[in-house]
Amino acid sequence: MKINDVILRTISRIVVFIILTFGVYLFLSGHNTPGGGFIGGLVLASAIVLLYLSTDIETVQKSLPLDFKYVAAVGVLLATATGFGSILFGVPFMSQTFAYFDLPIFGVTELTTVTIFEAGVALTVVGVLVTIILSISEDGG
Amino acid sequence: MFSINLVILIPFIVAALLPFTYRRFKKAHLGWFVLIVPFVLFVILARLIPSVASGKTYVHTYEWIPTLDFNFTTYLDGLSMIFALLITGVGSLVILYSIFYLSSKESLQHFYCYLLLFMGAMLGVVFSDNLMVLYVFWELTSVSSFLLIAFWNHRQASRYGAQKAMLITVSGGIAMLVGFIMLHTMTGSFSIREIIASISEFSEHSLFIPAMILILLGAFTKSAQFPFHIWLPDAMEAPTPVSAYLHSATMVKAGIYLVARFTPVFGADEVWFWVVSIVGMITLFWGSFNAVKQTDLKALLAFSTISQLGLIMSLLGLGSIALQFGYSADSVLYTQATFAALFHLINHSTFKGALFMVVGILDHELGTRDVRRLGGLMTLMPFTFTVALIGSLSMAGLPPFNGFLSKEMFFAATVHIMNVDIFDLSSFGIIFPVVAWIASVFTFVYCMIIIFKAFLGKPQPEKLDKPIHEAPFGMLISPMILAALVIGIFLFPNLLGQYILQPAMSSIYPTFGDSADLTPKISAWHGVNPELLMTIGVIIVGAILFKFLKLWKPIYGLFSSRFTFNALYSNFLASAVSKSNLITNRYMNGLLRHYLLYIFVFFIVTVGGYLFYSKAFAFDISTNAGFRVYEVCLVAIMAVAAVSMLFAKSRMTATLLNGVLGYSIAIFFVIFRAPDLALTQLVVESVTTALFLLAFSHLPDWKKEKLSKRTKGINGIISVAVGLLVVLVGLSVVDFNQFDPISSYFENAYELAGGANIVNAILGDFRGFDTMLEVVVLFIAGLGVYSMIKLRAKKEDENIEDQ
Repeated sequence: MKINDVILRTISRIVVFIILTFGVYLFLSGHNTPGGGFIGGLVLASAIVLLYLSTDIETVQKSLPLDFKYVAAVGVLLATATGFGSILFGVPFMSQTFAYFDLPIFGVTELTTVTIFEAGVALTVVGVLVTIILSISEDGG
Repeated sequence: MFSINLVILIPFIVAALLPFTYRRFKKAHLGWFVLIVPFVLFVILARLIPSVASGKTYVHTYEWIPTLDFNFTTYLDGLSMIFALLITGVGSLVILYSIFYLSSKESLQHFYCYLLLFMGAMLGVVFSDNLMVLYVFWELTSVSSFLLIAFWNHRQASRYGAQKAMLITVSGGIAMLVGFIMLHTMTGSFSIREIIASISEFSEHSLFIPAMILILLGAFTKSAQFPFHIWLPDAMEAPTPVSAYLHSATMVKAGIYLVARFTPVFGADEVWFWVVSIVGMITLFWGSFNAVKQTDLKALLAFSTISQLGLIMSLLGLGSIALQFGYSADSVLYTQATFAALFHLINHSTFKGALFMVVGILDHELGTRDVRRLGGLMTLMPFTFTVALIGSLSMAGLPPFNGFLSKEMFFAATVHIMNVDIFDLSSFGIIFPVVAWIASVFTFVYCMIIIFKAFLGKPQPEKLDKPIHEAPFGMLISPMILAALVIGIFLFPNLLGQYILQPAMSSIYPTFGDSADLTPKISAWHGVNPELLMTIGVIIVGAILFKFLKLWKPIYGLFSSRFTFNALYSNFLASAVSKSNLITNRYMNGLLRHYLLYIFVFFIVTVGGYLFYSKAFAFDISTNAGFRVYEVCLVAIMAVAAVSMLFAKSRMTATLLNGVLGYSIAIFFVIFRAPDLALTQLVVESVTTALFLLAFSHLPDWKKEKLSKRTKGINGIISVAVGLLVVLVGLSVVDFNQFDPISSYFENAYELAGGANIVNAILGDFRGFDTMLEVVVLFIAGLGVYSMIKLRAKKEDENIEDQ
């Protein structure tokens, strides 16, 4: 499938990076303001889908050589593994914790284990979404 | 800190690492690496034997889901020690054997991964104190057994055997789960130790007997007790190391473990005594009777295993009667049955393990295990023959082998039970020694079949594909170690009794004071008494029966194959499939429209019905905030979009109109200050629109459907009703007060979870479990879409099932 839409391609090249940045921002800000793993993952996935729509599958796979099934699998593993992680510290399964650190550039920053869990969620969303869309679009019928 | 929990986890961890590391083992057999695991675990456990023998127990708890009382608690006592030593000890020998049995061409990484999975699960079963954790491990053993039986999954018989084993053991497992939940309802605890401590208050509870029966169902299916034994012969399709390990030494003994573990809970009840001992006795007889007619040596061993499991089971039943009398000098006599059960359990693992390995050698080296094609192997395979001789004679209950000792104790226990004057045993008790004796005669006959038909007589090289030759030395190590144990235990039985069996006795009889009293002195010669006479009788009658086997074998022809439990199982399975096909096809007709209809009707009936009956449709709109102009405009836009969707001519138009609806809802979220929802809605809407457009390129044009007026009318009524119901629910939910709102708990999100965004604090922290499982569901859905589209069989492809 080769779409020769110059406007779409030119714009999406720039827009994709804005969306990706926005996705990462949403993911990181989710703890205290709107955002979070699910929505962050969705935005990232939609950026990738836009890439696929504006160019073609082969080109994207050359510049982004990722098997999104593995991305999803890593996400699920990460999300479940954080649950077990708390057991190692003698607290119940899926306990999360947080603390405030004084970091050089960022100043006093809150770091929390829930971020790792949310990263798993985000990766799963990205992986599954792209896998589904790719499978359907590649299907010759 | 070292704890028993780690012992359970190590096999799982190594199993998880195998897929990443097996490529490094190209040169050496992967088994050498895997062998380290059970061996190290065996050494670790063996070092604990002295302290366990002195009465020490090890408990360690990791909190898992404390709010539901699920904790990963391990408990090492005498009883779990026996099983753990068997699992790791026999496990080491089996893996050593499998290194020579399986060639490097097989997919060894799968085999050892499943085997380690099983080992971890089995250790989990015997070490878990928490019933729910025990249940999880219990089912994991069924799953790994399924995978191992179907290891050669290109064979239809393997797949059939695996499915049968899985269906039977898992249905028993589910019954057991219900029993566990009943126990929890009664006692309020999932901990076996706490239940044992408090169960005496509940013996009159109405759930007591149902819980007992359900838990026994789990144990009987797992331990292949009559009439659930039918899965074990079919499970013999597994590679022989698996049969030796799972289906004779460990997994099938999980049921025995469960019965032993629950003897302090239910043992004092008359029902327990009768059910366990009678089922055990029937299994003992039926297994040995059927073993004689088998021509496949592995099938013979399978029935023999069933029979021996029945023997151990019935001994546990007989031993439970001691709990009727409480602790006294007399009742100690009856505990000897339990002692014999544990003793025979170990002995059986040694001689049966050795025999399975011998049959594996025959299969591997000669290409057959059919007794009709074997014969005269004695001189050509002297080492294999020696091991087979030791194993068979021990199984037949002859000296100087360990089977003799435990068989004698078994006879003694059946004789003692006749003297009990409760439960009408003085009149009915006679059946126990009689059935035991008859079954032992058949046992003797099939042991002779192994020796005489396979190893003595004339060699028949013309019936074999390969020349007769001795097995490689590596394959003989494990069976020889087991055979040495058979003799070693006969020579020093009291060593075993004192260090291994005695602490287990105090786990089964916790109220019986000093366990040293419960440990009889085992001696090979104990004068002329009933049990010795019974053994002599077995040998004489057994020898006569074996001699004239041809004359009475036609007896087996009397049993029609149409009325066996196997036929019952197959018929049930076949009719279950065809019936559910029939029912499912009636309503799953492939029309999405119909499916939506079912969902909507169900929604109207249940949600509408519930709210109507609970009189929840009460609302008062006078207190609601007023409308703004732009809100009214948005609603008008949505209404127009929704109605015009009905008249859309193409899919594209319908999708775009649907998008209008979605984006308008997002705007509503913005107006009502729910930025999270608005963001999510916007992105989801965009992505789904793209997805729809993609999917539409595969679909034919949208044609106008011709429906009868009546169908259209019914559909219209249903859609109006759904819409009305949703509106009503939306209006009345404000005043709904059937239970307290839980939102107050989440309002402290910043203090509790450190997050100012309550929505995400709920998703990640308070209800993290939900989110985790949702992620897993999402992943499974993605895999489903992928595999349905990518991996579906093309029309011209052959059906890969029937190779």
